[in-house]
Amino acid sequence: MNRIICYNNRIFATKAGSDVYRLRIPWRPFSNDAAPLLSSQNAGNPEKGSEAKQYDIAIVGGGMVGLALACSLASRPLTRHLNVAIIDSNPALGRKHFIKKEDLPDPRVSTITPATISFFKDIGAWQFVEQHRHAYFDKMQVWDYTGLSYAKYNARDADKEVLGCVVENKVLLSSLLSRVQETVLPKKIYPSRLNSMSILPNSSSSEVDSTLSMTALFTHGRLAKLELEDGNSLYAKLVVGADGGKSRVRELAGFRTTGWNYSQNAIICTVEHDVENHCAWQRFLPSGPLALLPIGDKFSNIVWTMSPKESSEFKSITEDNFLKAVNHALDYGYGPHPTPSILGSSDLFSWLKGGISKSANDCFEIPPKVVKLASERMAFPLSLRHANDYASKRVALIGDAAHTVHPLAGQGVNLGFGDASTLSSVISEGIAVGTDIGEVSLLKKYEADRKPANVMMMAVLDGFQKAYSVDFGPLNILRAAAFHGAHHISPLKKSIISYASGEMRLPLFA
Amino acid sequence: MASSMFLAQRRWFHSLPRNLSNARFFSALPSQHPVSVSGPQNNVGPKSNKFEKASSAPSSLKEPELAKFSAIADTWWDSEGPFKPLHKMNPTRLAFLRSTLCRHFRKDPLSARPFEGLRFIDVGCGGGILSEPLTRMGATVTGIDAIEKNIKIARLHANLDPTTSTIEYCCTTAEKLVEEQRKFDAVIALEVIEHVADAAEFCKSLSALTAHEGATVVSTINRSMRSYATAIVAAEYLLQWLPKGTHQWSSFLTPEELTMILKRAGVDVKEMAGFVYNPLTGRWSLSDDISVNFIAYGTKEK
Repeated sequence: MNRIICYNNRIFATKAGSDVYRLRIPWRPFSNDAAPLLSSQNAGNPEKGSEAKQYDIAIVGGGMVGLALACSLASRPLTRHLNVAIIDSNPALGRKHFIKKEDLPDPRVSTITPATISFFKDIGAWQFVEQHRHAYFDKMQVWDYTGLSYAKYNARDADKEVLGCVVENKVLLSSLLSRVQETVLPKKIYPSRLNSMSILPNSSSSEVDSTLSMTALFTHGRLAKLELEDGNSLYAKLVVGADGGKSRVRELAGFRTTGWNYSQNAIICTVEHDVENHCAWQRFLPSGPLALLPIGDKFSNIVWTMSPKESSEFKSITEDNFLKAVNHALDYGYGPHPTPSILGSSDLFSWLKGGISKSANDCFEIPPKVVKLASERMAFPLSLRHANDYASKRVALIGDAAHTVHPLAGQGVNLGFGDASTLSSVISEGIAVGTDIGEVSLLKKYEADRKPANVMMMAVLDGFQKAYSVDFGPLNILRAAAFHGAHHISPLKKSIISYASGEMRLPLFA
Repeated sequence: MASSMFLAQRRWFHSLPRNLSNARFFSALPSQHPVSVSGPQNNVGPKSNKFEKASSAPSSLKEPELAKFSAIADTWWDSEGPFKPLHKMNPTRLAFLRSTLCRHFRKDPLSARPFEGLRFIDVGCGGGILSEPLTRMGATVTGIDAIEKNIKIARLHANLDPTTSTIEYCCTTAEKLVEEQRKFDAVIALEVIEHVADAAEFCKSLSALTAHEGATVVSTINRSMRSYATAIVAAEYLLQWLPKGTHQWSSFLTPEELTMILKRAGVDVKEMAGFVYNPLTGRWSLSDDISVNFIAYGTKEK
């Protein structure tokens, strides 16, 4: 069954990302007249070697997923008074954000599923996103180079209004940051990187003294100790690793991972059209999918997956040639347009109960022509990686630190937001019954909830990636038949849309 | 009509006993008829003297039982050890306590420390696995247990967290505290009453410890066909979670009996819930099914 959804997501750009933010390549710096927002908290800017402080939760990695966890904790009554430390060396976190309207869109964008949109609304961050550029889309077209078939998805097939929303990562980050600043959650941002972390096994204290110092608590395994590169140290009951695909927390805590590199790179850039684009387009080409996503204001975002050799070629050719290549690839390049006659029309499925999907009669359309390149082209290698465990004593991993996926369905950061939401709800339940939040048994509840869903999604995406990497006649026809089925069979289409929208945890099990 | 159930040595199905305040040993009668016993003249004989120091009323424990508890006392806080079922069940019991006691004391259930300012007593606290979470929820907790070793373990563990280091642990019994005229806003005795020789007297002590307009919470195992199948047959014979002969099914209390003896002690049972174990997920949950493990919450009127 073909369940290709063409949400596109820049996995590297969305990695709860100190890495990418440090690259800063096509990045407009934040306004220079920004005042330090946390002045009251930073006033006693910790100098080297000053007294270590104790926190309830230390979130390592202040990217989108890490801040989403902080916002989620702030929005729950039982956790809103927890003391939280956010460790991220990105200087942007310490300043008030000023994204100017006239800024060109950054090529690092994420496609947010409806489930994530409602999560953002729950934590109160969506109102900030709406103040900046964002693009809802309600249509999607997916086809491939063989020209044998295509699938068009419309939000109304699943009785929804939108299939998703494309938002720049910097907008998401600044919205989450604005939201967390305005909540009462006691927080402190440490603008540094994690150097080392240690957690000792539980042991009993032989003294019966009722006042144990932080060091003693740490020695008895009740607190984790974190040391930062700028010399500061802090103690926390729970350490959350939200520091991206190359997570330091994951490394220090000794979590093992499984995964492999796809021999593919993704090129991303922003392009402009003459007309508005409200549809998400994805065409599977022989060496990987090419996706065109609307960002708003006649701009679109391109994610083109291809072999590493091709990617360095495409990065270096002139702008004009690149635009020509993109238009060619979206049009007649590599293969013909799909025509309905080859595999029969929707009459084939009229016997099916639940009927034909409403958009089955939507014709194949050619995507709007790309006229201008609006940003630099960036390239990233793609891989799949999954941590074997998400939680151990006093440590939990969320977001890309726990799993990285192929961008072909735009699910990466949405999985991360799902992790953040579940972890905060598990912590809240733990506090309700007076548990120590660093207890393994509590954290394992989070893992038991998220791991099956994440692994399933990764398997589905990996399956597509593999299915599309082979050009073999019978397999092509099979894929085309699957497209065709997905396009015409309403319950299947509905189920595909629901799964990709984040409403179903596991595919096909309504 | 005697309402009392007289209990042979019993162990609650899913957890090893952790309380022995007021526990008396009474040998099982072959006929399994409940027999009323009025006073302290229990028949364990010389063994009872060894534990006199632990309680004022004769609170005799069979020596092998004491030895067994002492031996595993160190494993109290090992959540994968012999007390694993109790650790698994703990959050469920706490959920019931939080919901009923927040309502009883009219506290905000959405507060992280709703029991701030209230005095609780955990009768038969064992290693403190109930006392510590209650303290984190804001209560001022006193934990009592008849076994000195349990109290020691409990104290050491509680001192590891500044929030729980304020728990007052005593190796004593409910009767003794009654003599000291201590009063508590909530008296909680979970998985205790099945170990007690005179349940009626025990309930009277619990009631005496409860302050005016306070709450009493008791949990135990029901005496039903289902509990026979699970607690005796499954736990002892099939799964071998407990040694054979651990339980005397005839000594369990039914919810009606418990309600009656609490009523006679001045406590009105207001709510009851059951704990059910799902073997597939390994999780406990609260339910209306009181046929095996159940918990009762009552209030003291006068």
